[in-house]
Parts: sequence; structure tokens; C-alpha cells
Amino acid sequence: MLEIKGLRYGVEQDSGAADILRGVTLTVPDGRFVVITGPNGGGKTTLAKTIMGINQPTGGTILWNGQDITGLSISQRAKLGISYGFQQPPRFKGLRVRDLLSLASGNEKLERGEACRYLTQVGLCAGDYIDREVDSSLSGGEVKRIEIATILARKSGLMIFDEPEAGIDLWSFARLTDTFRLLHRKRESTIIIISHQERIIDLADEIVMISNGVVTEQGPKEEIFPKIIANTTAGCSYMQEGSKNG
Amino acid sequence: MDKIDLNLLYQIADLTDVPQGAYNIRKNGALSGRNNTSHIEIANKDDKTGIDIRIAPGTRGESVHIPVLITQSGLEETVYNDFFIGEGCDVDIIAGCGIHNDGHQRSQHDGIHTFHVGRGSKVRYSEKHYGDGKGTGERIMNPQTIIYLEEGASITLDMVQIRGVDSTKRYTKVVARGAGSEVVVQEKLLTDGKQFAESRMDVILEGEDSKAQVVSRSVGQGESVQVFYPQVEGNGRCFGHVQCDSIIMDSARISSIPAITANSMDAQLIHEAAIGRIAGDQIIKLMTLGLTEEEAEERILEGFLA
Repeated sequence: MLEIKGLRYGVEQDSGAADILRGVTLTVPDGRFVVITGPNGGGKTTLAKTIMGINQPTGGTILWNGQDITGLSISQRAKLGISYGFQQPPRFKGLRVRDLLSLASGNEKLERGEACRYLTQVGLCAGDYIDREVDSSLSGGEVKRIEIATILARKSGLMIFDEPEAGIDLWSFARLTDTFRLLHRKRESTIIIISHQERIIDLADEIVMISNGVVTEQGPKEEIFPKIIANTTAGCSYMQEGSKNG
Repeated sequence: MDKIDLNLLYQIADLTDVPQGAYNIRKNGALSGRNNTSHIEIANKDDKTGIDIRIAPGTRGESVHIPVLITQSGLEETVYNDFFIGEGCDVDIIAGCGIHNDGHQRSQHDGIHTFHVGRGSKVRYSEKHYGDGKGTGERIMNPQTIIYLEEGASITLDMVQIRGVDSTKRYTKVVARGAGSEVVVQEKLLTDGKQFAESRMDVILEGEDSKAQVVSRSVGQGESVQVFYPQVEGNGRCFGHVQCDSIIMDSARISSIPAITANSMDAQLIHEAAIGRIAGDQIIKLMTLGLTEEEAEERILEGFLA
């Protein structure tokens, strides 16, 4: 179980201190599929990175399976079964897709067949990619799918995906949603996905809305999703005009 | 051969014993072992230190190992090795030099290699430089590699120097004079401490439709200094691509000065050069996979120089 209590994160700017997370409190029970959504700049990615240990919080605590991990390093958290798929994954000159998957799985001698399975699950034709370098010869969508495959290879207890749909074509996206659905059905991992995609939101048990550094809504998908849609329309006069004209 | 010799041999040529096929092992300035085959003949030069290696036309699937081992502190030598590769060959040539210096005097090997690659022949040349030892004596290697390619000939140069060599001045010259001849150069270099490395390269594309691909990857650590001058000149219809990538760390200094010169409107030449530190998000990504910061850095460098 993941328990976040009063989590704060701020940065110093020329204009003064800026609080990006302003006391996030959130509990995600084991095996739950949670989608975090909300407006751009609301603090979603910062929250995910703070759970992974990439950002050190300025206040609050994070507990994973009852253990306080707030002061642990990224590597220590990874070893405790927390994983994070980057929104914009880095590229590596000289590291091949197979190398990344081996590192992710923790098995230097990862079988080719198993590595290929992870790629197939994200809609990549494994044979074409397994020996390629994860460098600038790959498109953004390809790198993103390889990134998701590394998270699948980790088989960790907590999987956090940051906008997995970004840059991915429709056909691969359909494959990806199937993979998330199957992953959830097995209930072996707790899944947190930051997303704005209705088809991903539709898979969730629960939706968490984060805006302006705090949790503004949290609850079952059936309850929260209609509110989000209503709010989006209400908040934008252009969209209201559009819906009248339509 | 003792344990130190065997380790040097392993480091430079992945060998655990004397090699198969043709070989010439030079140790501390003298011949330590040689084997000729019916197609490959190795003979001492009459006028200067070094050997002539003659590979008969049509030799295919054979290899020549010519490792140089130095374990005597204070030994300095210049050696001239000339390769004459007949037409229609397909061979592997494995050179390389290992210096183990436990003393306080400098040990130096300057290997001057010239290759004449005959029509339609294909050569893969590997040259690894390695140094170790506890002494304060410097380990120095200044190799020169001069290559002439005839019509349809090709050569792939795999040149590696990872740590252990205090100073190196490398010069590589390739003259692709035959039509359709082709050269691929892969250079990998890592310096640390106060080491110095300079690599000059002149690739001259003369033959119609000749091609060159130069990929140089380096890592500079400590206070080491690296300078690269890869130069490609196109004198007719040809294609040349130079790519230099360096990772800079600590207080190292790296200069990358590629040049491309077209003396014909049909020459198509490209150069790319980049120097930068390891990107922070690369390290973070590998840490999220469970590696420590040090392990992540090591893995990134290992991949970069693989």
C-alpha cells in the first residue's frame, strides 16, 4: 500500500519560492489501478517523481508497504519495488533495447524470448527493435513504448506511468490499453497512471484529480469522471460557445 | 609466456594462448614466436626493425595476429610492419600492444603499419592498446596506420584504447584510390588521470564511388586531455561521413576538430561532432531500474564505448 501524507515540494525561483506540491495526501491500496489527471502544471509529474525519489520533498511523508521511504534514494526505492516510466524518456548512445530490458528485469542474461514479449506488449515488432540502440534514430513514440516495456520488465509492486499515451499512434495505443487491462486483471501490481486519455481513465478503479498542487477530487471512476467533464466545459467559455453552436 | 604476458595478450587480443593461424609475437623488442601458413608469410625486414606480411591472393577466412608485448621498463622502440594483401582476400588482422611497466623508466612502442589492400579484398583490422603496471614509468604508444585501398577493396578499422596508456599520438591515413573502395573507422578511447591522447586522421577519397565512415567515441576523465583531428577529403564522386562523440567528465579537456574538404562537386561529405557530459536524466533513468549512481554511470560509459 502506498500512503502519502501532506507531501510538499517547492522550488526557488527568481520571483521567489514556488510551491508545486502543497500538501498532497493520498492512499492507494495494493492492486488498485489509479489514474491521476488534472490540468497541466498542476503537479502530477512532480508527485510521481517525488514518489520515485527523483525529487526530494520539502515536507510530508511517503510510506510504501508501511515503510517510510521519504529519505530513501531512487535506487533504494527501485529495489523496494517502485518503478516510474518517464514522460520524456532519455535516449542512450550505445545502449540497446535488449540492454535496457535486461537492466530493468534485474537479469543480465534475460532470455531473448522474454525481452521480445515485453516489446510485443507495447505494440512493437520485437525482432525489429531488440538489438537497436535507444538513440536518436528512434522516434519519440518508439522510445516511449520501449520505456513502458522496461517498466513491464521490472514486474515491480508499484508501477507509475507518466502519460504513457503521449506520442503513440492509435493502433499501438489500443495494444497498450489491452496490456494495462491485463496487468490490472492479474492484480500483482499497484498501478498509477498519469493520463488525460478517456480510454485509460476508463480502465481505472479510481480517479485522482490534482490541481494547483493538491488533490481536489478522489473517488471511483463512475463518480469523478462526469465531474471532470462538466468542470472542463464550465471552465472554458470557448468550449461552451462551441457546444452551443454544435 | 608468463602470467603477465598472458594477461597482456588477453587484454589486447582476447587470446588465452598462442593464436591459431599465422602470427608473430614480439616481446620486449625481440621475436617471441612466429607461424606462417601456406597463404600467409611473415618475414623480417632487411633494412629496419619490423616485418613484412604477405597474404596470397584469394586467401579467405584466415587471420594474422601480430601482438606486441612490453614488460621491460625503459624499452623504447619503433617498429615498421608492412602488409601486402593480394587480390580477392577476406582476412582478419589483429594487432595491438600491451605495456606492463613496473619500473620508473618510460616504455614506448611506436608501431608504423602500412597496408596495401589488393583489388576486391576485404580486411578487418583490430588494434587494441593496453597498459598496466605499478611503476611510475610512463607507458607511451604512438601508432601510425597508413592504408592504400585498390579497386573494390575495403577495410574496417577497430581501434580501441581504454585507460592505461599515459600518452598517445595516433595517426591514421587512408587513401581510397580504387573505384568503389571503402573504409570504416571505429575509434574508441578512454583517458583518465593525467593522460594525453591525440588522434589525427586523413581519409582521402580518390576513387569513383569510394566511401568512408569514421565513428570516433571517447570519454575523458580526471585531468586528461584529448584532441581529435579527423579529416576527410573527397576528390571525385564519393561519400564520407565523420562522427565524433565525446563524453567529458571531471576536469578533462577535449578538442574535436573535424574537417571535410571537397575538391569535386560530386563529393558528398558530412561531419558531426559533439562533446558533452553524461545527461542527468540518463543516470536517473538507470537508477530507477535499481542501479546506484556509480553503476549507472559505468553502464552508460560501457555502452558508449562498446
